[in-house]
Amino acid sequence: MEKKLDINWFKYASPKTFYPLAGKIIPWCAIGAAILIAYGLYIGLFVAPTDFQQGEGYRIIFVHVPSAWFSMFLYLIMAFYASMGLVFNAKLSYMMATAIAPTGAMFTFVALVTGSLWGKPMWGAWWVWDARLTSELILLFLYIGYFSLQAAIDDKNRADKASAVLALVGAINVPIIYFSVKWWNTLHQGSSVSLTKAPAMAAVMLEGMLVMAIGFWLYSIAIILMRVRCDILERDSKLQMFKKD
Amino acid sequence: MIEANQNTTSGSTHLLGEKSTVTNSMSAYSVLLEILKRDIRVALRRQSDVAAVFFFFIIAASLFPLGSGADPKLLSAMAPSVLWVTALLSCMLSLSRIFASDYADGTLEQMLLSNQPTVLIVLMKILAHWILSGLPLVLVAPLIGLQFNLSNEQLQVLAISLLMGTLALSLIGSIGAALTLGIRSTGVLIAILVLPLYIPVLVFGAGAVNAVSIGMSPNGALSLLGAVLALALVFSPLASAAALRIALE
Repeated sequence: MEKKLDINWFKYASPKTFYPLAGKIIPWCAIGAAILIAYGLYIGLFVAPTDFQQGEGYRIIFVHVPSAWFSMFLYLIMAFYASMGLVFNAKLSYMMATAIAPTGAMFTFVALVTGSLWGKPMWGAWWVWDARLTSELILLFLYIGYFSLQAAIDDKNRADKASAVLALVGAINVPIIYFSVKWWNTLHQGSSVSLTKAPAMAAVMLEGMLVMAIGFWLYSIAIILMRVRCDILERDSKLQMFKKD
Repeated sequence: MIEANQNTTSGSTHLLGEKSTVTNSMSAYSVLLEILKRDIRVALRRQSDVAAVFFFFIIAASLFPLGSGADPKLLSAMAPSVLWVTALLSCMLSLSRIFASDYADGTLEQMLLSNQPTVLIVLMKILAHWILSGLPLVLVAPLIGLQFNLSNEQLQVLAISLLMGTLALSLIGSIGAALTLGIRSTGVLIAILVLPLYIPVLVFGAGAVNAVSIGMSPNGALSLLGAVLALALVFSPLASAAALRIALE
């Protein structure tokens, strides 16, 4: 007799089963996020040494870089869920994509603003139109376009699918942002952190940035799952999910 | 309707054995060509729509010198971006024309139900739109460029960049037009969706003319513009067709 390992890969693809799962995940991620962000800020503000060239002002890097990383990463995740929704026609995938968009837009905005605050003392300008800043601004516009399209279409089905197509079309911008410092002569500094080489910055600073990044990641998971739970309840107007059947 | 009976045997014979030429099977290419011609014909029946966008370009481009005082040096410095942005906005204004009227009277649904590939139908409609909206801009832009004191070389590069650029703009804009089909008050919504995607075209197109202004070769920017056009040519009809299916289901 053979025993087959029978895994239902789509068990959590229904809002009914996903709702309680998300409810269990959220508190852990929220607490973890709070701890890690606090620790990361502690490293960034107190432990990391004064920079040789930039003095104290460089410390904004601990917010600027992780939020820029996540603005791009969340867009890719959103595009992934959009494509999953289009392929499997699963409502929950569309709901995840919709839930990711506000957080992604927030991180993009934070990256742009913290970048400006850093740029003024360092470069002497609040804004320059170089490739990386421009493409990050385009990313913000793409997020805003995603919201606008969703809001403009009344039929939820069509709104989900149309904004999924839009998210996929805009996904081409993310590699452009990432590689812009390599492809163009830009004022923005090149990449100091890479998967293949040793980092070009002090270990303490790198540690602070990574801690903040993981903190942001846990925060994103928590807030996105909270948003999905709200969306599930909103769409299920007759509360069929909670009926005993 | 244009859709010919592609599956009939070539030349049905009547009782007396004559070949009927009316229901000859048409090749796929001639069907698509018919779609192109039909779209142009229908659009030309409402000449005011087509001409309005054209005149918008001329008038809007003339506003900038009036607003900035007519200093010739300043004009020739800002001409590439002014002309490019105005061309971009004109193209954007005419985008709803690609699908909206066919959607409203049900023709679009019939086109999608036919056995022609949706992607190619969309491509032909975009080409028809470009011939009527983009091509006139390419022809008139050098004349307006003269008003802005551009040199001959700049005018040449402007025309070439607009030739490639307006086609790319029509292609990319069709995605926005397809996504917002049938939505009330789409005017500004199309702009929000499509302008971020237009920015690379603008940067490279205006960049080519700017390069000539400072004495460098425009080939780099023109090559990148060509690359954007190539990508748009391949992927925009796919995305627009997908969006049309979503809008029409």
